[in-house]
Amino acid sequence: MAQPSHDFALAAPEMVLAAAAMLLLMFGAFRGNQATRVVAWGALAALAIALVLVLQAPAGRAVSFADMFVVDGFAHFAKALVLLAAALGIVMSLGFIRREGMERFEYPVLLLLATLGMLMMVSANDLLALYLGIELQSLALYVVAAFQRDNLRASEAGLKYFVLGAVASGMLLYGCSLIYGFTGTTGFDAIAATLKAQPEPPLGLIVGIVFLTAGLAFKVSAVPFHMWTPDVYEGAPTPVTAFFAIAPKVAALALFCRAMLTPFAAIVADWQQIVVFLAIASMLLGAFAAIGQNNIKRLMAYSSIGHVGYALIGLAAGGAGGIQAILIYLAIYVAMNAGTFACILCMRVRGDMVEGVGDLAGLGRNQPLLALALAIFMFSMAGVPPLAGFFGKFYVFVAAIEAKLYVLAVIGVLASAVGAYYYLRIVKLMYFDEPAEAFERRVGGEMAAVLVVTALFVVVFALFAAPILDGAGTAAQALVAGGKG
Amino acid sequence: MVLQGLVFYVFAFITVAAGCMVVAARNPVHSVLFLILAFFTSAGLFVLIGAEFLAMILVIVYVGAVAVLFLFVVMMLDINFVELREGFLQYLPIGALIGLILLIELLLVLGGMRLTPELTRQTAAPIAALAAESNTHALGQVLYTRYIYLFQAAGMLLLVAMIGAIVLTLRSREGVRRQAIARQVGRRREEAVELKQVQPGQGV
Repeated sequence: MAQPSHDFALAAPEMVLAAAAMLLLMFGAFRGNQATRVVAWGALAALAIALVLVLQAPAGRAVSFADMFVVDGFAHFAKALVLLAAALGIVMSLGFIRREGMERFEYPVLLLLATLGMLMMVSANDLLALYLGIELQSLALYVVAAFQRDNLRASEAGLKYFVLGAVASGMLLYGCSLIYGFTGTTGFDAIAATLKAQPEPPLGLIVGIVFLTAGLAFKVSAVPFHMWTPDVYEGAPTPVTAFFAIAPKVAALALFCRAMLTPFAAIVADWQQIVVFLAIASMLLGAFAAIGQNNIKRLMAYSSIGHVGYALIGLAAGGAGGIQAILIYLAIYVAMNAGTFACILCMRVRGDMVEGVGDLAGLGRNQPLLALALAIFMFSMAGVPPLAGFFGKFYVFVAAIEAKLYVLAVIGVLASAVGAYYYLRIVKLMYFDEPAEAFERRVGGEMAAVLVVTALFVVVFALFAAPILDGAGTAAQALVAGGKG
Repeated sequence: MVLQGLVFYVFAFITVAAGCMVVAARNPVHSVLFLILAFFTSAGLFVLIGAEFLAMILVIVYVGAVAVLFLFVVMMLDINFVELREGFLQYLPIGALIGLILLIELLLVLGGMRLTPELTRQTAAPIAALAAESNTHALGQVLYTRYIYLFQAAGMLLLVAMIGAIVLTLRSREGVRRQAIARQVGRRREEAVELKQVQPGQGV
């Protein structure tokens, strides 16, 4: 048998994360839970090292481990985004886990392992690698969702997430087995080569793609596979929800793009309609279902469903323009969501977390700076220019119009107009309503830093967007070229 | 060739006989012991056809772990096996039917391999001929070289499962007496034993 090529250097960021997770686990096991803070900073250091390794990696496409692991410009961009999002998630949870009795050293280790799974998802070039990456990420997240095991809601969230996630994994695997059965291979490149040689894709393969997209849609929480999202977001501890809302979304959407574009580039018309349906349904449900929500975490869940819908427009458009739009959208989405959740984590009345939308009333008078930050994020999510959120939506819609998906673009614009209602309702509550009980004024250094950085990013994005636009453009070119080559 | 045939028939006969005894033996412990005998002789059959890895696994995993576990279960649980066997005839038809279906399926698989020999070469990682490579070596090639990435990923997955199980279920209970070896070793005679002079005819 021919020896497959193994270039371990390509997987350096993953290996750093894996080694760091195991070392920190040993350290925590010996030092006990009082070492949590050290472990958390160690995890952040590991993420930083991985980020440096990703950024200085040579450009160009390279595969390793018997073509199961691919590194290209797209992977670099998505990995950098995932690592930044994960680092933001860990920083935001530092204060919370100390206050709420969640200070156990496994917490940062599990988040680190989930991030490892996300990097593997982004680099997956084989159905098996795809599945193992998804499972590594999900399994760690199921546990983190139920981390407050004495809290009934958190346990329910973890269990619900686990059961529905298992169903989704089943669908995903069934799809993979059908694809393997009808193409005779699990490698993305090999599947693409097989399909190119055939004039007409076999019907069983289409069924397999449907199941594969269903499983992936669950992981990105696109309608109609979104049911778990509001309950899990509401029940899980708030920093965990923040982590859920940013890092896994980026990884799962990146994986979605690669899993559609690399192996199935030859039969775009067959999966495009599925993605169009997912996008429309997610945008509409995200816009309408969020209107009646009184819990801010539930509201953010519907908001994230809507955002996934907008991002999927880019995938439906396909081509380099669409992928570039998704990557820009994701970068902006991470900043907006991290900032919003930092605001939610500051919502404490006399030492207890509050989650009601009504609790924000009068925040403009009680805490003008926090209110200003939240208002910036809300305006940005609603897509008001010149904030970052506007540009995210703009590029996505432009991509849709260039791909002649006019209906999709029109529905997207209408849905974002409806969505603006509930974002702006929060702004109105903060500035024009009778003040509710004031929040604790002490915000904490890490949280303030996250707020300032993300708010600045959202505000000045328009001025300094060029590097992100260029980076996303190169990354998109790499993915599309990889699918053709 | 004659010797090989002889060994095969001896081993095959012992395997089948032991298999029958597993079902027929009255004492469940004897059943498990016959099962172990069946495992050992099947391992011998595997060696005969050159599948040395399977033979090793059968002895190490099945005899070493599974059968011993069976033995523990049989000896520790109080199951009335006579009562369990009462409905034997009642379930015989459905059992025979399932057995028949299994047999047909096995024949289909083997028949397919016999009719279209190229089927076995269509796998993602074809196995080399026995003469070129021992099957331990071939398995190692597939598992630890070709699929090393997936193997390591699965390892990380199991690590997460382990951490998750501990995080979600392990509780440090208060007021449990734990073994403190230093205190045990440091205990002296005077603390542990009290000598009393008991007068004859009197209690303590």
